[in-house]
Amino acid sequence: MIQVRNLCVDLGAFALHDVNLDVKPGEYFIILGPTGAGKTVLLESIAGLYQLKSGQIWLGGKEVTRLEPEKRGISIVYQDQVLFPHLSVKDNITFGLKLRKKNRREIKATLDWLAELLSIPHLLNRRPDTLSGGERQKVALARALSIKPQLLLLDEPLSALDPENREGVQRELRRLHNQVKVTTVHVTHDFEEAIALGDRIAVLGDGCIKQIGTSEQIFRQPNSEFVARFAMVRNIFVGEVTDGSGENAVFCTEDTKLAVVTDLRGKCHASLRPEDILISHAPFHSSARNSFCGTITSVTDKGSILYLTVTLPPDFICLVTRNSFEAMGLGEGNKVYITFKASAVHIF
Amino acid sequence: MVKRLFTTNKMTFIFILLGLVIFLFIILPLIRMVAASDPNILLTTMFDTEVRSAIWLSLYAALIATGVGFILGVPLAYLLARHEFPGKKIIEGLIDVPIVIPHTAAGIALLFVFGRNFFAGRVFNVMGIDFVDSTAGIVVAMLFVSIPFLIDSAKEGFKKVDVRLEKVARTLGASPWRTFFKVSLPLAWRSIVAGGIMMWARGISEFGAIIILAYHPMIAPTLIFERFESYGLAYSQPVAVLLILLCLFVFIVLRTLVHRGEKA
Repeated sequence: MIQVRNLCVDLGAFALHDVNLDVKPGEYFIILGPTGAGKTVLLESIAGLYQLKSGQIWLGGKEVTRLEPEKRGISIVYQDQVLFPHLSVKDNITFGLKLRKKNRREIKATLDWLAELLSIPHLLNRRPDTLSGGERQKVALARALSIKPQLLLLDEPLSALDPENREGVQRELRRLHNQVKVTTVHVTHDFEEAIALGDRIAVLGDGCIKQIGTSEQIFRQPNSEFVARFAMVRNIFVGEVTDGSGENAVFCTEDTKLAVVTDLRGKCHASLRPEDILISHAPFHSSARNSFCGTITSVTDKGSILYLTVTLPPDFICLVTRNSFEAMGLGEGNKVYITFKASAVHIF
Repeated sequence: MVKRLFTTNKMTFIFILLGLVIFLFIILPLIRMVAASDPNILLTTMFDTEVRSAIWLSLYAALIATGVGFILGVPLAYLLARHEFPGKKIIEGLIDVPIVIPHTAAGIALLFVFGRNFFAGRVFNVMGIDFVDSTAGIVVAMLFVSIPFLIDSAKEGFKKVDVRLEKVARTLGASPWRTFFKVSLPLAWRSIVAGGIMMWARGISEFGAIIILAYHPMIAPTLIFERFESYGLAYSQPVAVLLILLCLFVFIVLRTLVHRGEKA
């Protein structure tokens, strides 16, 4: 759908080198990278808002490298939802349609469809400054989708939202994508967001692409220290929330049932920080509701701390200090108990 | 609250005192002059055709200058707000030069371009426009001394418009022209109008550059000066009062309109 070939952009203080991307039609593609990695510049270059130093961009089989942004059919949504402050929600959404000289009936139909799709019919006559962050984000999405873009670019669409809104909008993005099937490139610095949404992930750092793959590949086989820093610091499981509700939910992965706290249901991901796991020789009785017995299958020495892999299955990566490691006399092959709180598990 | 301010904070007290001195310094001469005027003489002055045409010429020449300022100054303000280029700081500094040079000197400088024996003067002369002792000359002098106010204010206005709004507009299908007229200009409009009002007011108050370039036809400040020189204080005062009242009135009305727009 969109191919980026050897893209280089030079903004003086900041540059992108030799970026290659190949996003398939209908794909939800994530560009993951830390702040300052050049994610926004990359998106804006794809949209045609920066002149490339070299390289090519192909969209739907046509080269668009030198095409003006208004002729590309690529929409962009920014993190802080830059809506036109002087226009109502309705006029924001229909901005692109009016430019396209659509007739009244078409504009009305598209507006109704989008309002329905994003459940915002009650907001249409409001002014952008009277909306909440989540509402503004929905309007920005509606505006971006109004022109039926070939490609939708999302620049940190969840970062500016507070946590409650964020989860809602994240689910909304997934649902929208399933419904509309628009090819999407989404940039974020949040690894969990990347895993929850992305069909594939490209990790961007220092102005170049470090690795491209499925979320599984990125967190199981990071190809560099840089990627590992994003991925390896936590346990990530793919599974399903089966029963229970709220504080008594159960997350199933590879036949292991974790007690978790979430309102999500169905297929999802769980993450757990290694430092939140307690290791003991005997079952540990405490208020923590997760306690399992497993075998230490590998030990990675990082100096004053060590990472242990405890296999149940699945594998849990745990963190212990050198002092504890030596005092407990731990080693590969040992049977140990791992204990962690239900609230330490993040479901997404 | 007010009581506590006065008793507990000496600095605030002293600042209020100092502020009061300068405020009175501004307002007292104006009040004294207006208060000392005889309503009957004021009324007669108002029907004096010479006075009326001078005031009218002031208002209208300044309006034309502001109009020309809009067409030529706003695009430059946009460029300066949106682009970085070598020498930008120098250009920004030069734009403000008309504010700092003595205005009689500005008038002389203008003669060197728009005078009958100089380049632009000749070119326009062919088109039938003469700048010496003509309304066109007044407009040119006003434009020169007042354009920095509009450019600076418009530039600040454009800077406050998030560039990404323009980017979004482009991706939604707007050409650069459309983006400017549908997004940038409406969003910076208030600053531009505020700058325009300042420019217009500054144009009306100009005297130095205008008497060098065009003593005739007489604008209000020239008329005040001439009556003061030939007949003394008593004859120049009513014209001055009339001009001040009129300017205050228009200025207050325009400012209120702009501020009301801000709230809506």
